[in-house]
Amino acid sequence: MTTPLLSINGLTRTYPGVIANDSVSFDIQEGEVHALLGENGAGKSTLVKMIYGLVKPDSGGMSLRGAPYAPANPSAARAAGVAMVFQHFSLFDALNVAENVALGMEAPPPMRRLAARIREVSETYGLPLDPARLTGDLSAGERQRVEIIRCLLQEPRLLIMDEPTSVLTPQEVDILFETLRKLTAEGVAILYISHKLEEIRALCDAATILRHGRNVGTCVPRETSARAMAEAMVGASFNAPRRAGQAAGAVALEVRGLSLSAPSAFGTALRDVSLTLLQGEILGIGGVAGNGQDEVLAALSGERLTDPDTIRLDGAPIGRLGPNARRALGLLAAPEERLGHAAAPDMSLTENALLSAATREGLTRHGFIRWGAARAFATRVIADFDVRTPGPETAARSLSGGNLQKFVIGREVLQRPRVLVVNQPTWGVDAAAAAAIRQALLDLAAEGAAILCISQDLDELLEIADRFAALNEGRLSGARPTASLSLDEIGLMMGGAHDMEVAHV
Amino acid sequence: MGAIDPTLLLAAIMVAATPILLAALGELVVERAGVLNLGVEGMMITGAICGFAVAVNSGSPVLGFVAAAAGGAALSLLFALLTQLALANQVASGLALTLFGLGLSSLLGQGYQGIKPPPTPRLDLGPLSDIPFLGRVLFSHDPMVYLALGLVAAVWALLKFTRAGLILRAVGENHDAAHALGYRVVRVRVMAILFGGACAGLGGAYISLIRVPQWTEGMTSGAGWIALALVVFASWKAGRVLLGAWLFGGVSVLQLNLQAAGLAIPVEYLSMSPYLITILVLVIMSADRSRAPGSLGRSFHASQ
Repeated sequence: MTTPLLSINGLTRTYPGVIANDSVSFDIQEGEVHALLGENGAGKSTLVKMIYGLVKPDSGGMSLRGAPYAPANPSAARAAGVAMVFQHFSLFDALNVAENVALGMEAPPPMRRLAARIREVSETYGLPLDPARLTGDLSAGERQRVEIIRCLLQEPRLLIMDEPTSVLTPQEVDILFETLRKLTAEGVAILYISHKLEEIRALCDAATILRHGRNVGTCVPRETSARAMAEAMVGASFNAPRRAGQAAGAVALEVRGLSLSAPSAFGTALRDVSLTLLQGEILGIGGVAGNGQDEVLAALSGERLTDPDTIRLDGAPIGRLGPNARRALGLLAAPEERLGHAAAPDMSLTENALLSAATREGLTRHGFIRWGAARAFATRVIADFDVRTPGPETAARSLSGGNLQKFVIGREVLQRPRVLVVNQPTWGVDAAAAAAIRQALLDLAAEGAAILCISQDLDELLEIADRFAALNEGRLSGARPTASLSLDEIGLMMGGAHDMEVAHV
Repeated sequence: MGAIDPTLLLAAIMVAATPILLAALGELVVERAGVLNLGVEGMMITGAICGFAVAVNSGSPVLGFVAAAAGGAALSLLFALLTQLALANQVASGLALTLFGLGLSSLLGQGYQGIKPPPTPRLDLGPLSDIPFLGRVLFSHDPMVYLALGLVAAVWALLKFTRAGLILRAVGENHDAAHALGYRVVRVRVMAILFGGACAGLGGAYISLIRVPQWTEGMTSGAGWIALALVVFASWKAGRVLLGAWLFGGVSVLQLNLQAAGLAIPVEYLSMSPYLITILVLVIMSADRSRAPGSLGRSFHASQ
């Protein structure tokens, strides 16, 4: 066998109280797409940060094409030919595309030449991009292109991609995969991190599985089932969500002609959004990030007010009611941003439970807080949703993303809502926890609640939603039964072709 | 009303605008790097007394201005240590810096009251100064006026055209992303804070050495706060800071002239007019889509 491009030998890194990586070893060959699998907190991020020079290993070493490789910082890693596309985009909204690219380069050419280079490379790889546009105005897919182009301009030997497809439409994923295949044909190796196992099966040549910071095995994704890989990651078998399959009931929530101006310079205006949500059903709303998801949630939760008759709950106009009044009536919401929107980061779980559940669970009396009842409610959420935390007095900030997400969703589900609106309920959550959250939503619907699930994860929507609608630039398509939809049709709906019916002549 | 000479008025505006222009320009750079330093007033008054004392003792106004910049920078270094290394709250640290600077300057200034500093000569621009009207308005000032104007151009060009400026803006816009790309967030910010301190010090010394010129306690009388407000309402743009400083300086000088001319408006209204008019105009101007740097006022800690 030839010398591997990157060879990792016994990398270990500990943080106070946690072993993030425990002597991890594996090799990446030139021109190979190598998947890194693992649950949240399995140590994938720490590992790639060590490869990219952001974190130094406690022990162990790496070699790049046979030579020792120990990058002191990201510039050293970039100089050695290692580039990285981040999960949370490392972009600057107020700067334009060319400036963002320049910041990721060691010695960028003058701006005018750089702009020409960006145009050229972006067209070569099928990722068209205008260098003069402000990054804050771009869609998530375009933002990712900026990151990829930034990496490609340095002609990397190894490209690290952390969850690259989580915000893309199926068509955009296809474009991305084509680009990646072009790259591997040129000999570039790709280290690919994703929770989407089907994608890994389609794209990757080899996979390394991490569990609790240890390398617990390798596999060839093409020859392994997604289920087997998921179980190897978790170290146990788990159940895929089951749906009860029952008839939908009366209209629970009705929205008619909802139009709202954009809340900020980088927000999206809602244009004539109408939808009907029935008791006992889950309506899935798909769409690429930044097409009005946050704005729909804000209008339904009561953060932004509308005309009274625009939104009706069980027939009663609620457009002018604030969040607490809507909660009292049974309309609950769980926004996407866990820290800062769904939860107050520096407050304890008990306090966070209190903030949303005070009305419905009777956690206050005459303006005084019933701490005992609040703590009991928080404890119940923690127990029922398997939130892994020392206790209800822990600050929300110190929970891992997946655990906090379980808490945030559980807090709303346990308040027995009549209508629940969730945005990205399993974003950045590992397979087992995501399955648990989806099961909870299905169970809630089976009990007769109406659920509006906004998500960018199409597999999730296809799994749990009864009907599907897509948001595009603030417009909502008509809802169609999920069972009869193909991925291609969904992609078209998300792209804005709302009326896909071919004219019957 | 005929008592007001437009030539002298415009020339006086250039002088009146210089202290807040210097201080605001420094604070602009600090805020573009994502740091909110509310200690401008404290750094200005410290610069005022440092510059005054050194100029009086050495007899050289140039040394005085150098000392003023050093004094302002030294005080801002304290702020940098507190907020960038000890991760203290920026608002509280900045307010403390102002109070500390006011106290420190009265302590240092004991014994300097009632003394006249060595005069700063006007820059001799030869025939340019002899041009009627324009010569008096534009070309017969002290070097600091031109230094301040040059600094506006330099800061504008630095932020717009250079890599250093791009990195500075990136750090202020999203410090986590800048760190992930391998930039030294804390180092960039400490340097910006020192620059801001030096500029504020120069602005303070301009008041004590040229504009007034003498030392009295608390003589900056809120100029630092105006500079802070100017940065915000100028939407963090160097050109607009210049405009705002001229506007503020202009209305200040004008209202003094109107008072002297005995206009039948109560003095209190005239005194508040520079603040009102400057803020009103800048609020209208800042109604475009420019916004504060994304990481402004947030502490940065390189976590896992």
